Amino acid sequence: MKRIFAKEHLCIGCRLCEVHCLVQHSKSKRIITAMTREKSHITPRVRVQESGQVTFALQCRHCERPRCLEACMTGAITRDPKTGIILHDADKCVGCWMCLMSCPVGAIQRGREGHVASKCDLCQGLDVPACVENCPNEALVFEERSR
Amino acid sequence: MNYLIVGNSAAAVGAIEAIRAADHDGRITLLAAEPDHTYSRPLISYLLAGKVAGERMSYRPADFYEAHGVEAHLGEEVARVDPAARAVTTAAGHRFEYDRLLLATGGKPFVPPIAGLDTGGVFTFTQWDDVRRIESHLAEHAVRDAVVLGGGMIGLKAAEALMARGLKVTIVELADRLLSTTLDAEAGAILVEALRCRDAAVCLQTTVDRVLSRGGMIQGVHLTNDFEIYCQMLVVAIGVVPNVAFLAGSGIATRRGIVVDERMRTSAEDVYAAGDVVEADDVLLGEKRPIPILPLAYRQGFVAGRNMAGLDECYHGGMAMNSIEICDVPTISIGRTTVCDNCSDEGCEVLVRRDAKQGIYKKVVLREGRMVGVILVGEIDNAGIFAGLIERQLNVEALKPLLLSSEFGLLSLDSEYRKHMVSGPGIEV
Ligand SMILES: Cc1cc2nc3c(=O)[nH]c(=O)nc-3n(C[C@H](O)[C@H](O)[C@H](O)COP(=O)(O)OP(=O)(O)OC[C@H]3O[C@@H](n4cnc5c(N)ncnc54)[C@H](O)[C@@H]3O)c2cc1C
Repeated sequence: MKRIFAKEHLCIGCRLCEVHCLVQHSKSKRIITAMTREKSHITPRVRVQESGQVTFALQCRHCERPRCLEACMTGAITRDPKTGIILHDADKCVGCWMCLMSCPVGAIQRGREGHVASKCDLCQGLDVPACVENCPNEALVFEERSR
Repeated sequence: MNYLIVGNSAAAVGAIEAIRAADHDGRITLLAAEPDHTYSRPLISYLLAGKVAGERMSYRPADFYEAHGVEAHLGEEVARVDPAARAVTTAAGHRFEYDRLLLATGGKPFVPPIAGLDTGGVFTFTQWDDVRRIESHLAEHAVRDAVVLGGGMIGLKAAEALMARGLKVTIVELADRLLSTTLDAEAGAILVEALRCRDAAVCLQTTVDRVLSRGGMIQGVHLTNDFEIYCQMLVVAIGVVPNVAFLAGSGIATRRGIVVDERMRTSAEDVYAAGDVVEADDVLLGEKRPIPILPLAYRQGFVAGRNMAGLDECYHGGMAMNSIEICDVPTISIGRTTVCDNCSDEGCEVLVRRDAKQGIYKKVVLREGRMVGVILVGEIDNAGIFAGLIERQLNVEALKPLLLSSEFGLLSLDSEYRKHMVSGPGIEV
């Protein structure tokens, strides 16, 4: 399956990926509305990591054997049998944070959407995830790589 | 291939998902003592609290058995296993044969001998049926005060649910703190404080030695410190023990739980076991013991399922970890969190960060430069990175100044490790 990969040396830490992720997961899907009215209750699923000169964007790795899925006690985290995408159903989630405790890269967050977890869904329905599409420096790529 | 699965929870589901991914044709039959569709056991406290409705209890979608080609016999309790005949017999007298058998019968509540315990209004708290029983007790009696015996995870979850139902709850715990197997004294004290703020009472270093009742109904409990607590219900939540009674006479080896090897095989041929019922490797202790948590139940079930389906996979051991939020205070503990307390061993080091104003308490336990445990209270983000460091036993000497800061994240780690984690081995970033 295609996954998102970050190129550390190209990332300038502009955080546009976070903005576009937020917009993509907003109701309005419009940047101004999303960033003003909706921002406080949407979590960007991608987060720019920053330390000194090094920056890169991190989101769910959609692991082959996801630790979050085995830890999810409600069944909210599933693998889409067709695409392999690791999905999170906010309606089933109760915010027990077992997934957050299990993800070895720290890609799951306590969401602003309510008392629920939040993670990347690879922008289901889009050909290219919003963070990749809108990265001005091509520091994010969406491609198939053998593991 | 004729697979027989005994159990209907995390370990059983893990096995079914693994078997079906590898074998589309084999016959899978499931036997479960409980009558319900596979449901999330930890959610029973949410159900009792009224935070989750019955429909949301299911651990897998309504069509799970159908979609995975599973013939499910719910409400069919296995009473006997006969490995020589490759068959099990249920309490109802039905016989099922197998080519490969999985035992995933989980745990059952440990109930200590307490005088007068056999009376109305006394409950355990591990099953959906327990919630049903408590519900009818609450409906039929005027219940204002509840005592929860046991300040571990299940006890605290039960207490919180009963508080949400408007009861005055007293938690009685024999140890000197709450969650004594996973938290240290300081973290435990934060939870006591949070509970007391919500009007719950916590009695430590004492236990119930007598249940007081009248006309077959509980009136109160007597504690070993000679206090009496007036109550109309008692929840006994001291712990769970592997559910192995039905294996008597089967010849299948058990100690504290069913003994399994790294492929989740029991001592009997073609009989596998997984989940709360087994004792498997604890990577930090280097010995076998039951670690009754859901992630390991699922993983063990999955590994068992793959081996049952003819693939070859090893279980690399697990470690204790839990995430539990009580009275809006999130806590996570991973690994061995108290080994280095009051210890003069030179290799032991404990790093602590406290921020009482923000309600943060964080502690990392190191041995010879490697993390063996962590406690996070209030600020739990990125906890999984710690889990990865502990599990891989990486040297974190260089990271020490960063470990406890709010900024600690993937970027704090060595770039090789980071790339490996993000991309998988052998891939250029
Ligand atoms: C209130 C509560 C809260 C919890 N919270 C957490 C948490 O936050 N995090 C966490 O990691 N874990 C938690 N747990 C523990 C978690 O639920 C268990 O680790 C997990 O359910 C173990 O799964 P299992 O499949 O091994 O066994 P179980 O879930 O115990 O299931 C055993 C299955 O076997 C069936 N069975 C038993 N005996 C027989 C028999 N003789 N014949 C046929 N079928 C039989 C049962 O009906 C059941 O379907 C909690 C548990 C409780 C009770």
